Amino acid sequence: MLTLPRDLLDRMIAHCLAGYPDEACGLLGGDPATGEATSLHPTRNAAASAKLYTVDPRDHLRADRAVEASGYSIIGVFHSHTHTDPYPSPTDVDQAPDPEWHYVIVSLRDTAPMTRSYRIRNGRIDEEPITVTDR
Amino acid sequence: MPVDVHLPTVLRSQAGGARTVSVEGATIGQVLHTLVETYPGLAGQVLTDEGTLHRFVNVYLNDDDVRYLNSLDTPVGESDEISILPAVAGGAD
Repeated sequence: MLTLPRDLLDRMIAHCLAGYPDEACGLLGGDPATGEATSLHPTRNAAASAKLYTVDPRDHLRADRAVEASGYSIIGVFHSHTHTDPYPSPTDVDQAPDPEWHYVIVSLRDTAPMTRSYRIRNGRIDEEPITVTDR
Repeated sequence: MPVDVHLPTVLRSQAGGARTVSVEGATIGQVLHTLVETYPGLAGQVLTDEGTLHRFVNVYLNDDDVRYLNSLDTPVGESDEISILPAVAGGAD
């Protein structure tokens, strides 16, 4: 399960909308033991594409340092699908870097953005609930 | 001359759980080869079988991605820090 404070969810969706028509992406910091996100790190999409994303490597380094300095870890990545369901594509599965991460997808296909989270391990996709909290 | 190498969480289990390891080498390539020799579980995850940088990782010398420096030939000094992070990519395609 991913626990996501509402302000982080709102910022995540805002970053995805701001990146449209390209895919947008970013990283989640938090506690890997509980799956609670504590920080959101919007990053540039180095692929600058409507169909692909690449977390800008320098933005990733900056986010990693900030998260580790606060005693947490990067626990996941989010990105937008601009015209498709919020479900991991074969590309997402092939390139999933860490089996312990949470993979969040924000679909902008419909007027109301749809956000879903998944675990991806050994090519297997499992959707997980997102618990949105007020903090 | 040892330099500190910061490992991402996904690779730490292959290095005894360490977040940072101290590795000898005068270039990024030497440091990464020594790293893989020391922790064989990292073989194939940092360097390819041909000895090139694996495309699924990014390696940084201090603040810079070494692909934009001299890649594996980039010289390193004692006060430098090397960071390894997974390359994070995907998309709807």
